[in-house]
Amino acid sequence: MRRAFPLLLALSLALALAFLALPLLAIFLRVSPAELVAQLGDERAREALLVSLKTSLVAHALILAVGTPAAYLLATRGFRGRGLVVTLLELPLVLPPAVAGLGLLAAFGRSGLLGEELSALGLEIPFTQIAVVLAICFVASPFYIRAGIAAFESIDPALPAAARTLGAAPARVFARVSLPLALGGLGAGSTLAFARGLGEFGATIMFAGSLPGRTQTAPLAIYDVLDEDLEVALALGALLVVVSIAILVGAKLLTSWARSPSPSITLSAPSGSR
Amino acid sequence: MGTLSVSLDHALRAFRLAVELDVGRETLALVGPSGTGKSSVLRAVAGLLAPGRGRVAVGAETWLDTERGIDLPPERRSVGLVFQDYALFPHLDVRGNVAFGGRDRVGELLERFRISHLAAVRPGSLSGGERQRVALARALAREPEVLLLDEPLSALDTHTRGVVRGELAELLAELHLPSVLVTHDFEDAAALADRVGVLVDGRVLQLGTAAELLAAPADSFVASFTGANLLPGTARPAAGGLTEVVLDSGGSAHSTDGAGGRVGLAVYPWEIALARAEPGDSALNHIRGEVRSLVPLGNRVRVRVGPLTAEITAASAARLALAEGEPVVASFKATATRLVPLS
Repeated sequence: MRRAFPLLLALSLALALAFLALPLLAIFLRVSPAELVAQLGDERAREALLVSLKTSLVAHALILAVGTPAAYLLATRGFRGRGLVVTLLELPLVLPPAVAGLGLLAAFGRSGLLGEELSALGLEIPFTQIAVVLAICFVASPFYIRAGIAAFESIDPALPAAARTLGAAPARVFARVSLPLALGGLGAGSTLAFARGLGEFGATIMFAGSLPGRTQTAPLAIYDVLDEDLEVALALGALLVVVSIAILVGAKLLTSWARSPSPSITLSAPSGSR
Repeated sequence: MGTLSVSLDHALRAFRLAVELDVGRETLALVGPSGTGKSSVLRAVAGLLAPGRGRVAVGAETWLDTERGIDLPPERRSVGLVFQDYALFPHLDVRGNVAFGGRDRVGELLERFRISHLAAVRPGSLSGGERQRVALARALAREPEVLLLDEPLSALDTHTRGVVRGELAELLAELHLPSVLVTHDFEDAAALADRVGVLVDGRVLQLGTAAELLAAPADSFVASFTGANLLPGTARPAAGGLTEVVLDSGGSAHSTDGAGGRVGLAVYPWEIALARAEPGDSALNHIRGEVRSLVPLGNRVRVRVGPLTAEITAASAARLALAEGEPVVASFKATATRLVPLS
């Protein structure tokens, strides 16, 4: 009986590992590497990958540009209602993607909240690549902002204070001290947000549709070609698995780098360095 | 460049910080236990803390005047602040740290603080003493009109501390700037500062030279903070114009100070002599007790006897063959005692 508990723990872990790894393994057992490369030559796969890459990169640039200063503000200033603001920003993390798509339609759709204003500007968003970008931003940015707040909060407050007393105005403190020190944590959050955006499905299909060559991203293409050409779907799937592994490893490396006590020690020789 | 004048009234968590200071081209040390608002004074001068009410001016230049709505941001106050743990930028090398404050004198400052050979090293691999020199060089790179030092020696080990204290004293004398230094160590304050202010619960209890504080502590707190033995008791007039203090710890002692009622009798450890038997000398006060502990401090030994701590030379301690638990007599003159109000 004494061995029963450790055995139970080991069995649970084995079960979880088998269940979670099996589907991924199954994909690779069905597609050989040579086949994978060949199937990626398929027109629809190529188009979908291109749409995914383009929209993910644009969305990611927007997330970094807006999310970084927003996270900095939330990490460094206390104000009334801060908790509420943070909660609102985190809400998309737990929201069902279909609800996210619905909300985006209700806000930016032709008969939506801002529909008239957008039409007046000659802008039609639903079922365009802009819609794909917005859907990605909506579901992925909270990952980045959350990590950003944590990264900026972990900076010793004496460092920006010291920079101020050395004559640096707030913008210079941000650029020369806070941003470089938060870089590891921001990088980790950034990779997670990118991964979440790349895999976006539910909000995109509701808000942007699945038009091949225009709004059909790789995950949407997998679903779309599944019935007709399982091989292409598997090849796309395998590629996304590889990309995901790369992103996960990258995020872990960045996180451990950010947590090390002095993240950027160089091995410069202490002597003769004038 | 002129006098730094500071007047603050600011509510902290447990008490009010109410301080008025004028600092010429001298070093003023604010000493006191932790959490009494010492660092808050520095932060308010540097502009990192906005006091409820106050005024900070250097010469004719006003940095803060809550009544006139003036509050310059830290970057516009010409101040060098050395933080308690130095707050060096971990992502910049020594040169980058110093140059952050101003690029013009970097080479000269690196030379002066003997850190030129470390120019390309990051703070993570520096020793405590080296970090302190980098922090000082960085604070001076801006050519500040006022220098503020927050516990500049507390991050150092005992050995480094003595060396750095001497260097810092020389530097402060040489700079000749209005300087305010915060420390919880009276010895550091006495060694580094021209004047010492004892800050307790947001108020300056006493301000004067270290010698003045030692000679005439304003109350029992200042006395014990400056290192005196403090024996509480009740005072009453005695023959010969002396005062007799009936000690709470038992027995009594005489003082040349006049007082009545509840008082603290203060006597410094170096005023106390030890003997095996009661000596027939001129000292009026003799307290018998067992040696409770012996702590060697270089060429001296701190000996705890009953309620007292005496400091005698290591040679005397050896000659008396002192050991824990053995009976001794501690003697001190009535003229070496101060009677202070109990705080």
